[in-house]
Amino acid sequence: MSREGIVNAVLLVGFVAVAAWAHFAGEPFTITLATRAAIFALAAVGLNFALGLGGLVSLGHAVFFGIGGYAMGILAFHAQNYTPLMEWPFAIPGTKVMPIIWLTAIVTAALAALVIGLLSLRTSGVYFIMITLAFGQMFFYFAISWSAYGGEDGLSIYIRNGFPGLNTLVPIQFFGICFVLLCAVLWFVSRMERSPFGLMLNAARQVPHRVETVGLDPQRAKLVAFVISGAITALAGALFADLNRFVSPTMFSWQTSGEIMIFVILGGVARLCGPVAGAALFVALEHWLGDLSDYWHIYLGLLLLLIVLFLRGGIVGFLAGRARAHD
Amino acid sequence: MTEPVIELQGVSKSFGALRVSDAISLDLRPGEIHAIIGPNGAGKSTLIAQICGTLAPDAGTIRLLGQDVTRLPARARARMGLARTFQISALAMEDTVLQNAVLGALGQAGTPWRFFRPALKDTALRSAAEAALERVGLSDKAATVTAELSHGERRQLEVAVALTLKPRAFVMDEPMAGLGAEGSRTLTGFLDGLRSEAPILLVEHDMDAVFALADRISVLNYGQLIATGTVDEIRADPAVRTAYLGEDA
Amino acid sequence: MSAVLIIEQVLNGLQAGVMLFLMAAGLTLIFGVMGLINLAHGSLYMIGAFVAAAVAGATGSFLLALAAAMAAAAIAGAIVEVAVIRRLYAAAHLDQVLATFALILIFTEGTRAIFGSFPLFLDTPDVLSGPVTLPGGIQYPLYRLVLIVAGLAVAAGLGLLIARTRIGIQIRAGENDREMVAALGVDISKLYTLVFALGAALAGLAGALVGAIQSVQIGMGEPVLILAFVVIVIGGIGSIKGALVGALIVGLTDTLGGIFLPELFKLFMEPSAATQTGASLSSMSIYVLMAIVLLYRPTGLFGARA
Repeated sequence: MSREGIVNAVLLVGFVAVAAWAHFAGEPFTITLATRAAIFALAAVGLNFALGLGGLVSLGHAVFFGIGGYAMGILAFHAQNYTPLMEWPFAIPGTKVMPIIWLTAIVTAALAALVIGLLSLRTSGVYFIMITLAFGQMFFYFAISWSAYGGEDGLSIYIRNGFPGLNTLVPIQFFGICFVLLCAVLWFVSRMERSPFGLMLNAARQVPHRVETVGLDPQRAKLVAFVISGAITALAGALFADLNRFVSPTMFSWQTSGEIMIFVILGGVARLCGPVAGAALFVALEHWLGDLSDYWHIYLGLLLLLIVLFLRGGIVGFLAGRARAHD
Repeated sequence: MTEPVIELQGVSKSFGALRVSDAISLDLRPGEIHAIIGPNGAGKSTLIAQICGTLAPDAGTIRLLGQDVTRLPARARARMGLARTFQISALAMEDTVLQNAVLGALGQAGTPWRFFRPALKDTALRSAAEAALERVGLSDKAATVTAELSHGERRQLEVAVALTLKPRAFVMDEPMAGLGAEGSRTLTGFLDGLRSEAPILLVEHDMDAVFALADRISVLNYGQLIATGTVDEIRADPAVRTAYLGEDA
Repeated sequence: MSAVLIIEQVLNGLQAGVMLFLMAAGLTLIFGVMGLINLAHGSLYMIGAFVAAAVAGATGSFLLALAAAMAAAAIAGAIVEVAVIRRLYAAAHLDQVLATFALILIFTEGTRAIFGSFPLFLDTPDVLSGPVTLPGGIQYPLYRLVLIVAGLAVAAGLGLLIARTRIGIQIRAGENDREMVAALGVDISKLYTLVFALGAALAGLAGALVGAIQSVQIGMGEPVLILAFVVIVIGGIGSIKGALVGALIVGLTDTLGGIFLPELFKLFMEPSAATQTGASLSSMSIYVLMAIVLLYRPTGLFGARA
C-alpha cells in the first residue's frame, strides 16, 4: 500500500471510529458533527473531481449543493403537505424516500451543470472563475425570490426523510448512510481517475492541444467532468438538507462555494481523500475555534493563507508526500 | 501518379496586413519525406497549424487522403490519420511515459468514454502504446514520469505518441530541435525508415537532416512558396540562394 | 407607466452602474497589470464604507469621511499587496482565489470584531440631501445625481491617467509585457503596489458613496464584487472602457428589470403571479445577459479576442 493509501485508510477508519465511539459513549452531537463532515467531504469530492482532475476552478459549486438541497426540500415539502409537485401534464407527488430524492437531485444538478458548463467552458482561466461565481449568485437570488418555497426564509421539513429498512432518525444510522455514500463515491471516483476517461481528462487539463491532436475533444471531456462533479455535489446537498431538515438560499451562497473549495484545498487538491481530510479538519475547527471565539473565521482565514503560501498540497500532501502518477 | 496524401491549393492566411501564407499549393505524396524550410518568420508554423486544423485559412483548400478537410477541426483530421508532433513537446508532464502513449492509442481507438476499467489494464491500448515506445527505444522508461525525461527522450516520446495513431501521414514540426548531434543522427535514421509506413511533412532547421532525408524540399519565404524540388534542384535554385541560403552560401 | 418613472429608473440604473464601475475598474486594472484575480476587492469596498461612517460620525464632515475612506482602503490595499498578494502573482489562479478568499474571511470578521454586527448609518451631507427638479419637472434626489456625475468624473480622470501620464504609460506597458517594463528600469514592485492601492482606493470610494444611500454592514462588499465580475465578463477583462460600458449595462438592466419585468408580465398574467414571476426573472436578468454575451463574445465586448 502506498503512503497515500495508508493516509486514506487512516482517515476513513478514523471517521468510523469517531462515530462508533460517540454512539457508544452516548454523544449524539459528535455523531452529527461526523455526519456533517462526511457530507461536506462528499460535496468536496465532487468539486475535487472537476478541480483536481479537470483543472476547472469552479467557484460556483454551491449551485449544485443548493439544487440537491432544494430537491430534497421541495419533494419533502409536497409530501408533508400532501400536495402534488405538479398536476400537468401528469401528476407527480412529493416523496419522503431518500433514494428517489437523491436521484432527483443528481439528475437536476447534472442538467444544470450541463448548461452552466456549456456556457462557462467557452472561456477559461479567470473568466471561468468569475462566471461560475456569477451563476452561483443567480441561483441564490432566484431562491430568495422563489416565495412558493419559502423565499429568503427557506423550507423546514418536520421529519427526516426515510430510507427503506433503516431508521434515519437514529443519528448513527443516518451517519452510516452518508458515510457509505461517501465511500461508494470515493471508490467510483478512484476508478474514474484511472479509466480511459480519466486519462483523457487528466491530459486535457495539462495539454489540451495534445488531446486534440490524438483525435479527442478536451473541452467535451471537461464538460462531462463538470457534470459528474455537479451531480456528486448535489447528492451531498440533498444529504445536508436532510441532516438539518431545513433548506434555505444560504446553500446557494458564494460563501458555500468558497467553503466547498476550502475543504478541497485544506485537504489537498487532486488527492483522492484530500476533501475528506479537509472537511474533517474544517468541521473540527468550526467546532473548537467556534467555541473559543465568535470570530473564528479570522483564524480559518489565517490558516488558509498559510496553507496557500507555504503548505502546497494540503494535509494529504503534507502527510503522504508528492502525488504519484497513477499506474 | 498516385494520389497525394496531403494536398494544399491556394492556402492563404493573413494577420492584419501581414500575409503569413500567400496562396500556397503543395502536396505530400505516398512514401516521401517532403521538407519545408525557410528562415524564421517565413510562415512555417502557421502553415503547419492550418494543415493540422488549429488555424483556419482565409482562402484555399486542404485535402487529406483526397477529402476536403479545410473546415474540419484538428481532432477530426487526427482521426483520419494525420499525426502531428510539436516543436515544443506537448506531453502530459505529470503522467508517466506509458500514460502519454496510451493516450495516443486511446485516441486511435476512439473509445475514451469509458469510466470504469483502468485504461492501463486495457490490453489492446497498452500493447499499442508499448509497441510504439519500443520502436523509439523508450521501453525502459515506460514507468517514468514524463517531467523527469531528458529533452531528447521527450522528443522520442513525441514521435512515439504520433506512432500510436497508426497515421496515414506525419506532420513533424522541428523534431530535431534541441537534440545533440548524436540524437539528431539517431532520429534521422529512424525517420528514414518511417517514410515507407506513412509519408512525412517535415519542418526542420537542421539542414544536414533535411538534405539527408528529404525527397523533395519546399522553401517558404515571407509567406510565399518560392521553390519546390529535389535536394539538388533546391541547392541549385538561384531564388533560394538569394532568399534563404544567402548569396555567399 | 409614466415617463417620469422611466426617467427616474434610468437615472437610478446609471447611478448603480457608475458605482459598479468604480469597483470593476480597480478589479480589471489589477487583473490587466498583475494578472491577479482579487476576491478581497469587496472587502476594500466594505472598509471604505465603515471608515466613512466612523469618520463622518466623529467629525460630521462628509468630505473628510470620503477622503478617509479612500485613504484607509488604499492603505489596507497596499499592506495586503506587500504582505500577501505579492507572493501570488506567479501563482495559479486557484491559489489567488484561495488566498484572497482567506483575506475576505479575515477582513469580514475583523470588521465585525471592531464595529460589531449591527449596520452603521452614514448620512448624506446636508447640502446634497433633498431633491432637485430636473428639466421636465422631474424630482430626483440630488445626492444620487451627484454620484452619477462624480462617478463619470472619476472614469474620465482614470482614462486620462492611463492615457496621458507616466504612470499610465507604465501601466499600459505592464499589461503588455512585464519583463519589458522591468528592463526599462521601472520599479515593477512599486508599480504593482501603486496600482493595487489605486484600485483599492476606488473600491473604498465606491463603498463610502454607496454607504450613504444603503446601510453600512458586514458582508456588503461581496454581492457588489460578484456584480463587478459580471461587469468584467461582459466588458472584457483588462479594458477600462469595457468596465464602464459593462457597468452601465449591468446597472441599467438590474434596475430596469426589477421595475419593468413585473409590469411586462402583468400584461398576460394575474397581478400577484406576475409580480412573483417578474421578480424572480429580474433577479436573474443580468446573469442571462452575461450568458448571452458569452455565447456571442466569449472574451467580452471589449476584450482581446483569444
